[in-house]
Amino acid sequence: MSHDWPLWEVFIRSKGGLSHKHVGSVHAPDGELALRHARDVYTRRLEGVSLWVVQSSDIVASDPDQSGPMFEPAETKIYRHPTFYDIPDAVGHM
Amino acid sequence: MAPSLPTIQPGDVANAEKARAGGSFDAGEAVEHHGALFDYLLRLGDDSLILGQRLTEWCGHAPALEIDLSLANIGLDLIGQASLFLNLAGEVEGKGRDGDRLAFHRDVLAFRNCLLVEQPNGDFAQTIARQFLFSTMQLSLFERLTGSSDHRIAEIAAKAVKEVRYHAELASDWVVRLGDGTEESRRRMVDGLDWFWRFVDEMFQSDEIEQSLTRAGIAVDRAELRQGFDATVGNVLRDATLPLPEYPRALTGGRIGHHGEHLGHLLATMQYLPRTYPDAVW
Repeated sequence: MSHDWPLWEVFIRSKGGLSHKHVGSVHAPDGELALRHARDVYTRRLEGVSLWVVQSSDIVASDPDQSGPMFEPAETKIYRHPTFYDIPDAVGHM
Repeated sequence: MAPSLPTIQPGDVANAEKARAGGSFDAGEAVEHHGALFDYLLRLGDDSLILGQRLTEWCGHAPALEIDLSLANIGLDLIGQASLFLNLAGEVEGKGRDGDRLAFHRDVLAFRNCLLVEQPNGDFAQTIARQFLFSTMQLSLFERLTGSSDHRIAEIAAKAVKEVRYHAELASDWVVRLGDGTEESRRRMVDGLDWFWRFVDEMFQSDEIEQSLTRAGIAVDRAELRQGFDATVGNVLRDATLPLPEYPRALTGGRIGHHGEHLGHLLATMQYLPRTYPDAVW
């Protein structure tokens, strides 16, 4: 049965204020059941307060073959890290 | 292969009650059950325990990994409830028996679960039919038991009611999906509901034990739960485009220990290890 079901990616918000994070995937015939399956598979130990499911085929992913041009140029641009800049005390936490 | 039926009829129950007082059929039980509250707690605990054990039989066999976990989660919730109710039963009894002792070292005639929960799983639709009927009943029962005058029962019910609400929703959802699904899923769902319909009446039956506890505000009059149950079942079956099952002959007896043959087999599996190795620990 599950072989006929599409794959859904599961995202959990572990607590209020934090972002949803990808935790894995489930098979399900539709979104409603995907949520149930995600709940039953990934939140058994109080892992979260909110769930998202997205059909895997709806995700547009970067091409691994293009990872060179996509990501390597950033390697030499360490000055983009905010640690190089002085933050005035008045700003507090950014 | 259709599982064989318990042969107990409502009329037989009355006869069995009479026989029990002076008869030898389960004379040991008369000594064991000295309190209505103890008996009531066994009923609550045994319903959850036996259905929980049944659901564990799906482990590794469900139609999909995700459903395997859904059913195991429900089973574990139920066994957790059973543990709380049976521990309390042991406390009330005051003979030093705890939940484990009551679960693993009691014979079949001393079990007080309703017949519905001991029935075999059958196919997935049949399992869902049983879960739907049971969880719908259990939800309304526990909602009311949160107001029990016995705070220990009220606390267990308050914890369990959230679990059961999810069970009832999940099972209803599957009844609609299977009923309003393919020709085959619909046929299986109809068969599953037909099979379990004969065990519905027993879930709402009351007796002197429960009536005395209800008067004391401890228990809930099961008959009062029926209307809400019928309304919910009617709504779900309408969504599922399924006919309401009609089965003329209700089967009862579980509450006084008259079970079908299936419960004995279930207990043999469940109790084998602790009975063979009484000193075994986790």
